[in-house]
Amino acid sequence: MLLNMITANSLQLVSAPWWRVLYDFSSLTKSIDEGLNNTMGHFWTVVTEMIIIGVLILLFYAVIGLFLVYAERKVCAFMQNRLGPNRIGPFGIFQTIADLIKLLFVEMIPIKNADGFLFNLAPFIVIIAGFMALAAIPFANGLHAIDMNIGVLYVIAVSSMGVIGVLLAGWSSNNKYSLIGAIRSGAQIVSYELSVGLALITVVILAGSMQLSVIVEAQRDGWFIFKGHIPAFIAFVIYLIASTAETNRGPFDLAEAESELTAGYHTEYSGIKFAFFFLAEYMNMFIVASIAATVFLGGWMPFHVGPWDGFNHVMDFIPPFVWYIGKTFFVIWLMMWFKWTFPRLRIDQLLTLEWKYLLPINLVNVLIMAFIVLMGWHF
Amino acid sequence: MEEQVKNISTDEQQEYVINMGPQHPSTHGVLRLVVSLKGETVKSVQPHIGYIHRGIEKMCESITYPQIIHLTDRMDYLSAHINNEAVCLTVEKALQVEIPDRIKVIRTIMSELTRIQSHQLWWASFGMDLGGLTCFFYGLRDREKILDIFEETCGSRMIVSYNCPGGVMYDLHPNFQQKVKDFIKYFRKILPEYDQLLTGNVIFHERSKGIGKLSLEDAISYGVTGPSGRASGFSCDVRKHEPYSAYDKVQFKEILFTGGDTYFRYVARIQEMWESMNIIEQLIDNIPEGPYAVKMKPVIKLPEGEYYQRVETARGELGAYIISDGNKNPYRVKFRSPNFVNLSVLNHIAKGFKIADLVAIGGSLDLVIPDIDR
Repeated sequence: MLLNMITANSLQLVSAPWWRVLYDFSSLTKSIDEGLNNTMGHFWTVVTEMIIIGVLILLFYAVIGLFLVYAERKVCAFMQNRLGPNRIGPFGIFQTIADLIKLLFVEMIPIKNADGFLFNLAPFIVIIAGFMALAAIPFANGLHAIDMNIGVLYVIAVSSMGVIGVLLAGWSSNNKYSLIGAIRSGAQIVSYELSVGLALITVVILAGSMQLSVIVEAQRDGWFIFKGHIPAFIAFVIYLIASTAETNRGPFDLAEAESELTAGYHTEYSGIKFAFFFLAEYMNMFIVASIAATVFLGGWMPFHVGPWDGFNHVMDFIPPFVWYIGKTFFVIWLMMWFKWTFPRLRIDQLLTLEWKYLLPINLVNVLIMAFIVLMGWHF
Repeated sequence: MEEQVKNISTDEQQEYVINMGPQHPSTHGVLRLVVSLKGETVKSVQPHIGYIHRGIEKMCESITYPQIIHLTDRMDYLSAHINNEAVCLTVEKALQVEIPDRIKVIRTIMSELTRIQSHQLWWASFGMDLGGLTCFFYGLRDREKILDIFEETCGSRMIVSYNCPGGVMYDLHPNFQQKVKDFIKYFRKILPEYDQLLTGNVIFHERSKGIGKLSLEDAISYGVTGPSGRASGFSCDVRKHEPYSAYDKVQFKEILFTGGDTYFRYVARIQEMWESMNIIEQLIDNIPEGPYAVKMKPVIKLPEGEYYQRVETARGELGAYIISDGNKNPYRVKFRSPNFVNLSVLNHIAKGFKIADLVAIGGSLDLVIPDIDR
């Protein structure tokens, strides 16, 4: 029945080329929605869809998290003249799964005088923040959980919720190192939140909308990083720096600075709770990278060069999801690259960088972008 | 009541004390630093030592002189060969043995190789202290090549025990010269890579320049020697001022800077690696022929008296002080270890900086903990 619906839907869009129809997930999701609505009431449809999407995102979360841990270990091994994991499975691809199983069985050590409730709550807050942000990201044409008209704002708001978990973890551990790590993390994320927001606003001005699907659609004939002249490029670089800081990754990994604070805010965590923090770090990286890909690099839009029709057709054949994942992993690779080559900043230098350099540059950048859009100088 | 409120707000009441170590990633061993903080700023650092005290000096009193050498390896394990040399030179000085040139040259080459590998490991771990994890693997990769050379000739990689009173344990391996030459050729190309990765990095400059400044006066009055002292302008290179082994036969610069901060301590060590390579290159092609050890008596007894010899290890001046009462065991042995003295300056130069700076300063002093405790 579903297949019939898809063909029926695609017949209506005769004018569009067949591959574009094939790659358009909105018809599929729409037909599933209609099918469910016909068989059960509206309320139960919503409930069923929520459960399906929740399970799918959870699976996606786990798979991507595991894969990123593996990718990071391979990339870092590549940077450091090592082989990286290579024992379990071909090229060691099952290493992270083995690690996860180990972490599941590891004893969770109870901490004396720790605030038990907050201590247990913290990893879940960190995980939930990432989980919620994932809901708004368009993975492919018509493939996203919720398409809000304030998508950019929602993602910024939700992804900064993770800092609450970090603060709770540091506070409730009853460990001085953890507390210092958490305080650092609080100062850091609150500051860099500004730069992330302003860098995204630069593009929102260009796109004229906060809805992520509209932003992607606006990049059909050229990605914003090319369309928006130099301000868009500056915004991209600032976003890359600020979002790395926001996810607590090197060279901004002060919250868990290994050589200073042993492991920072998650020093006292063990077992699966530690794994939650660990996974959340990689998921946050994935989320900020996919926002960068969506907002600056065209999301799932293929790469088009104006008059080269043949080239553009070939690019169209590559499925949107592949484009999206490719761009996201390109940004992730950039982040890993500078994590493994740069030394760490100091806390005061970190804040100086944000408040004295990135923020003023960003503000001027937004003004220039607004001026360009007003004059219609962009491509 | 008012007095109580006052008391709470004094600085002593607000002190936030953390224990760095004995198990901590950045103390490079079992050193415990009791750090008083105000926010992130370090108010004072109190080193607590003794976690790896083995009583080496006391043990020396009950063993013979050739046996002492094997204990000195365990002090500063990264300059094991140079530690051996200090004891050997003292014993030879006491017995007034004439050492042939071949032995002197072999010892000098080995010492300089030891210095290079020690500085490589220091660079690796210093990079890691600053958060650049890749440095660690670069440093260890190149150090492995020197350890392979050691393994071939000495039979051991790190704790070499290659020296013995009157010479060295075994003759050089036939591959030795070629391998050392290959290494120098290789490392001359690789060392600029270290600069690319860390020295030229703007974050590294921010983290190291002006941090932990040690003035010349303080360096002299605390007795900070080695590259750490020379970075403050303290001309203290024993190789230059009181040449031993073959150091009087080679041309080399004493690396001196006047900056005295973490950055200059770093640059001093990088420059020392270049100088060490120069020294080896001058000697490697003309190692004189001859015996590799002077025949000594089976039981070495030093004449009654006090003997002192100092050498330049990778971390500074190591003095071996032996009092003999004419027996086969020394009456008393005392080592003036560079790390113990260098550690004493930590509180002085780390005050007022951040925790992250404390780690950087500790790394730039290049402390080896077993040498502090002995």
